[in-house]
Amino acid sequence: MTGPVEATLIIPATAIPVLALVSSYRLGAALNILACALTLGAATALLFADHPRSDLFIIDDFNIFLLVLTTFVGFTTSIFSATYLAHEIEIGRLTPLFLRFYHAMYQTLMGAMNVALVANNIGLMWVGIEVATLSTVMMVGIYRTPEAIEAAWKYFILGSVGIGLAFFGTILIYLVAQDVVGDGLPAMSWDLLVKSAPMLDAKLLSLAFVFLLVGYGTKVGLAPFHAWLPDAHAEGPTPISAVLSGLLLNVALYALLRFKMVLAGNASAIDVGAIMAGLGLVSLVFAGFMLYRRRDIKRLFAYSSIEHMGIATFAFGMGGPLANFAGLLHMTMHSLIKSGIFFSVGHIAQVKGTQRIAAISGMSVTHPVLALLFSLGVIAIAGLPPFGMFTSEFLLVSSTFARQPALSIVLVAGLLVAFGALILRLQDVVFGEPAGKAQTAQASYIPAYVHLTLVLVAGLWLPGPVVQWFRGVAALLG
Amino acid sequence: MSKLWFDVAHLLAGGMLVLSFALLYQDRIAAVINVFALQAVALSLSVAWQALVQGAPHLMVTAAIALIVKGFVIPTALHHIIRRMQIHREVEEVIGSGLTMLTGLGLVALSILLVQPVGEVSIYVREDLAFALAVILLGLLMMITRRNAVTQVVGFMSLENGLVLAATGAKGMPLVVEISVAFSILIAFIVFGIFVFRIRERFDTVDVRALDRFRGERRDVS
Repeated sequence: MTGPVEATLIIPATAIPVLALVSSYRLGAALNILACALTLGAATALLFADHPRSDLFIIDDFNIFLLVLTTFVGFTTSIFSATYLAHEIEIGRLTPLFLRFYHAMYQTLMGAMNVALVANNIGLMWVGIEVATLSTVMMVGIYRTPEAIEAAWKYFILGSVGIGLAFFGTILIYLVAQDVVGDGLPAMSWDLLVKSAPMLDAKLLSLAFVFLLVGYGTKVGLAPFHAWLPDAHAEGPTPISAVLSGLLLNVALYALLRFKMVLAGNASAIDVGAIMAGLGLVSLVFAGFMLYRRRDIKRLFAYSSIEHMGIATFAFGMGGPLANFAGLLHMTMHSLIKSGIFFSVGHIAQVKGTQRIAAISGMSVTHPVLALLFSLGVIAIAGLPPFGMFTSEFLLVSSTFARQPALSIVLVAGLLVAFGALILRLQDVVFGEPAGKAQTAQASYIPAYVHLTLVLVAGLWLPGPVVQWFRGVAALLG
Repeated sequence: MSKLWFDVAHLLAGGMLVLSFALLYQDRIAAVINVFALQAVALSLSVAWQALVQGAPHLMVTAAIALIVKGFVIPTALHHIIRRMQIHREVEEVIGSGLTMLTGLGLVALSILLVQPVGEVSIYVREDLAFALAVILLGLLMMITRRNAVTQVVGFMSLENGLVLAATGAKGMPLVVEISVAFSILIAFIVFGIFVFRIRERFDTVDVRALDRFRGERRDVS
């Protein structure tokens, strides 16, 4: 039987060979958009379908929301990617042959992320994240400049080590669960792991989590393990930066949160929340300071992604209904805003022919529409009202202040440092003397505007059902 | 089950650990590759033994993959690559091999301490797991202390040998075969990547020259 769950996997899987064979890049881009739209449809249909339990797939409020978000951003990015790549073909940076490869990899990434999200099996989820990593490595190196290959290699090695350690953690979890749940698939399924959590051996569970945290934490881009992230974002094609930041980091964080749910059910296991809150705070402060010295515009926003993943991890580490709610909202807002920013940054880099911040000042004079889009995005990511990120950061700061006043001081300081850096760069890029080339490029503004509108709406008025839903998931996370 | 069965399993796993140490003090790349091939053979024997003990014939597939892919195909390809790319025949180390060996000893002690709590679950699994974790950590150490891309990849593959050892030691773990296939694909990609892109050096924060180029101070792309 095939339901919407299978459809979210089968559609990308069918699209991979088709896109690899289509030789016209226009047709390929159109088919890519179509496949993404169909997957989005299937994910939306999940909202209304029944979810019987199975050993392989799990659908609950938590991953359904991420699945819809992932497929949605995947869809809008595919639209942006079509115009972006048309320009790259025009200036000869990519050839149509590479685009076939690119589109096939794009669908591999989408399918693998869906596998990781819907899997009810920690092994299957691991495979999904590994394949997703591999496909993005291939796309980061697609320009084949020495910098791009360096970035892809670094991403590859660090990502592989991370994924290797996560696998060791997965084995340990299986060993613990095997005693209680029994051999085979059930000992690896999320629902049974959470259910039997109180009976599991606490010491071994804690040890497993350390490996999982380092492993998947590398993929989230948390502070001591983040070294691959800025290079991978800066050197790859911009649509890939958008999906990396907006989606893959979220999927890795999702994996960590699932494991946190298991450990939370065991009273004598280590305090996962404290470790996550610590790592999150370190990432936030570190990335906040690193933002100042960046000269490459994509690298700047890569560090901003580290900062925001740090904030979300901190929120989930704090735990409790309010902080979890803030964390979920923050993940969603960051996905939408960051991919929107990368859409505009991609076009900016194309019209100016460079990613160096020093060479792209004065956008408001040369390209007013792009400049407006870019400034709205930066204002939103800096956490200013009326955008949705203000809500999530405000909720987080106020809930932290009520429980751990000392931590909230560090949190606010980190937020302000990052805020300052972003506003400084915004001034350089948008105002100031016009510099660099002023060529026009065909751009698609709609995806970025749709994202920003959603963020604006979320900031002004979060619809009742969505609030209910986030509350439910926040309670689930404990 | 008789104690002898576990003794054999531990002998094979211990052999892998010894070979991990042997990897650390080789000073020629060709020798590193040969020692790695030997470790892959030891892994394949160990997995085959587990298949026998656990009565799990599907693990034989994993054993066969380890023997063919990592014991023969990859080492041959790597030998080919170092000949074709005329890489320095000597291993370039970041820290000396004496210090590396001492660190390695410390890591083995650490892994024995870390898996101590497993004893309360199963005493036999514990020792297997300690061996596996030690092989993993030594592989990591090798990746950190080597500068050349080929030796770095050998370090990664040795790490992965430890992972497969751990996974097959866990009785009845599902998806082990699938995951070992996925790992083989990953490794094939890495080796392929080295060859196609002619990567010689690794790029990380230890290498000062790489640092200069790599902190956001990049050239224009246009």
